[in-house]
Amino acid sequence: MKIVVTVKLVPDANTEKRIDPATKRLVRAGVETVLNPFDEYAIEAALQLKERLAAAPGSAEPATVTVFSMAPESAREVLRKALAMGADDAVLLCDAGLQGSDVWATAYAVAAALKKVGFDLVVTGGLADDGNTGGVPGALAEYLGVPGLTNARAIEVADGKLKVQRETDTGYQVVTGPMPALVSVTMAIGEPRYASLKGIMGAKKKTITTISLAELGLDRAVGSDGAKTEVRELAAPPVRGKGRVVEASDGAQGAQVIFDYLKEKKLV
Amino acid sequence: MNFDLTDEQRAIQATVAEFARERVAPRAEEMDRNEAFPYDLVAEMADLGLMGLPFPEEYGGAGADTVSYALAIMELARVDASTAITMAAHVSLGASPFYLFGSEEQKRRYLVPLAQGRMLWGFGLTEPGAGSDAGNTQTKAELRDGKWIVNGTKAFITNSGTELTGGTTITAATGTRSDGKPEITNLIVPQDTVGFTRSKKYRKMGWRASDTRELAFADAEIPAENVLGRRGDGLRNFLTILDGGRISVAALSVGLAMGAYDEALKYARERRAFGKPIGKFQAIQFKLVDMLVEIEHAKLMTLKAAWEKDGGRDYAQTASLAKLYAAEVSRRVVNEAVQIHGGYGFMDEYPVSRMYRDQKVNEIGEGTNEMQRLLIARMIGL
Repeated sequence: MKIVVTVKLVPDANTEKRIDPATKRLVRAGVETVLNPFDEYAIEAALQLKERLAAAPGSAEPATVTVFSMAPESAREVLRKALAMGADDAVLLCDAGLQGSDVWATAYAVAAALKKVGFDLVVTGGLADDGNTGGVPGALAEYLGVPGLTNARAIEVADGKLKVQRETDTGYQVVTGPMPALVSVTMAIGEPRYASLKGIMGAKKKTITTISLAELGLDRAVGSDGAKTEVRELAAPPVRGKGRVVEASDGAQGAQVIFDYLKEKKLV
Repeated sequence: MNFDLTDEQRAIQATVAEFARERVAPRAEEMDRNEAFPYDLVAEMADLGLMGLPFPEEYGGAGADTVSYALAIMELARVDASTAITMAAHVSLGASPFYLFGSEEQKRRYLVPLAQGRMLWGFGLTEPGAGSDAGNTQTKAELRDGKWIVNGTKAFITNSGTELTGGTTITAATGTRSDGKPEITNLIVPQDTVGFTRSKKYRKMGWRASDTRELAFADAEIPAENVLGRRGDGLRNFLTILDGGRISVAALSVGLAMGAYDEALKYARERRAFGKPIGKFQAIQFKLVDMLVEIEHAKLMTLKAAWEKDGGRDYAQTASLAKLYAAEVSRRVVNEAVQIHGGYGFMDEYPVSRMYRDQKVNEIGEGTNEMQRLLIARMIGL
């Protein structure tokens, strides 16, 4: 069984970011590129599934986990982290013509690449930490022509069938489906593991294959030429005003002040 | 000349830093207060591969180099010196003797579970009356009816009494050499040896969550084959181990200084006095800059010693220089970090107060500052 995890590389959320007022683009200098944190959960889900399948009695062929990313060549080092966590190999879709792709163009190009790579199950994160659209998994399932099961908190595979717990506002649904399929996961799937030091030392020996746009033979334009949406402007969030500090002689009096305030705002 | 870390070294540093920040740091204060040995963290460190970091994979290790090892110790010590010494003592004192001097059979039997972190092991050199004077070993072992009978006491032995500890390798006088000096041999003493007992954990000023005990041998019987290395090579072998151990303590010192600097820098940005953050005052700025200069210097020396060891060079002098300097830097830096915190630095809930206590032993363990100066003086031909 071949599991493919799609990952995105994003600017590290822990560093302060600036927007260049001239270009309206994020200043990338000094901002480290990291694995999209939500995709680390997708990797964890795939690795857990692989381990469970390996441990299951009478399991036929071992599952493999391939990490896939559409990113510049410089992404290799970040992909190594996924390999160090335990993925078996990686595929990089890398082409200058992909620059400026939006949700549609990304899904269209990635779907073509994934068909080329081959898969039984595609696992994705719920959304990317930078763009926050959350639109790619659904669009990807559509272009792959496979069922798309979103917001999974648990994934099971038995007898070639998929059983997924889908998180909802009030609980979860149990959904089954055939494979091949695409599943996007939530953070409830389990904390991503640390890359083991042995894994780090072994990651260099694993292969990262590169695919270019020409190899996909797409019949529609991708990149900024094919994008159906355009980012017109980026702006920093407005600076929040100072919070109000309540000073009180004792807890009861302080609580009363806060209660009165909430009541005035019709919040209680 | 090239100061770049390799991809693996960088990845190991980043992983250990993340682990230290997320898993160790939140527990450091509580572990220190309760003198609690963190079995769960040690298990996690074993899973990560930290407990066998520099040993080859065929012996259960991660196959990384000494530079990676030093970086890992720095990142752990940056948040908690106790956890760092537990790992450092395990690797460089507990497991290394088997790797360097063990027979193939001994490596299989002891090094593999140690490198996998399933077992811990002590290194028994120091005695109540023989610290810097390590050659003055009073512990004696006599070969009788195919067994060593061991009598004596060892002091300040790290990882010697945990639930995971499998035993301790000791130095013991096993006879007299032709020049009249004692013949010193390394003996492997399993934990369940009759006549071998451990004291309760010492109550310590610092490194309080690490396991340190006194060991007593009263007619303790061990099999004749429990000799590590050649009979009579015991002191020389242990001194070789200490050369590597100096890189550990240098890295521990650098890490602790980095942690104290992190805390002081953060505090200087937050704490306000006279209407602005204290970091806006030159008196505080200059302290922080001086701290950084010394940390960078000590870090470079420590990594150079590790790099020399990885290259198979003679690293003993650089390791001694690094250990001496880094230990003194850790004292100056942590002292200034407390000073920058003012009264709060004297309070238990601020990490710098724990760091202040944890620091002192850096200037004592693996050769005091004074012994370090003496050793280096000999190395430069004085």
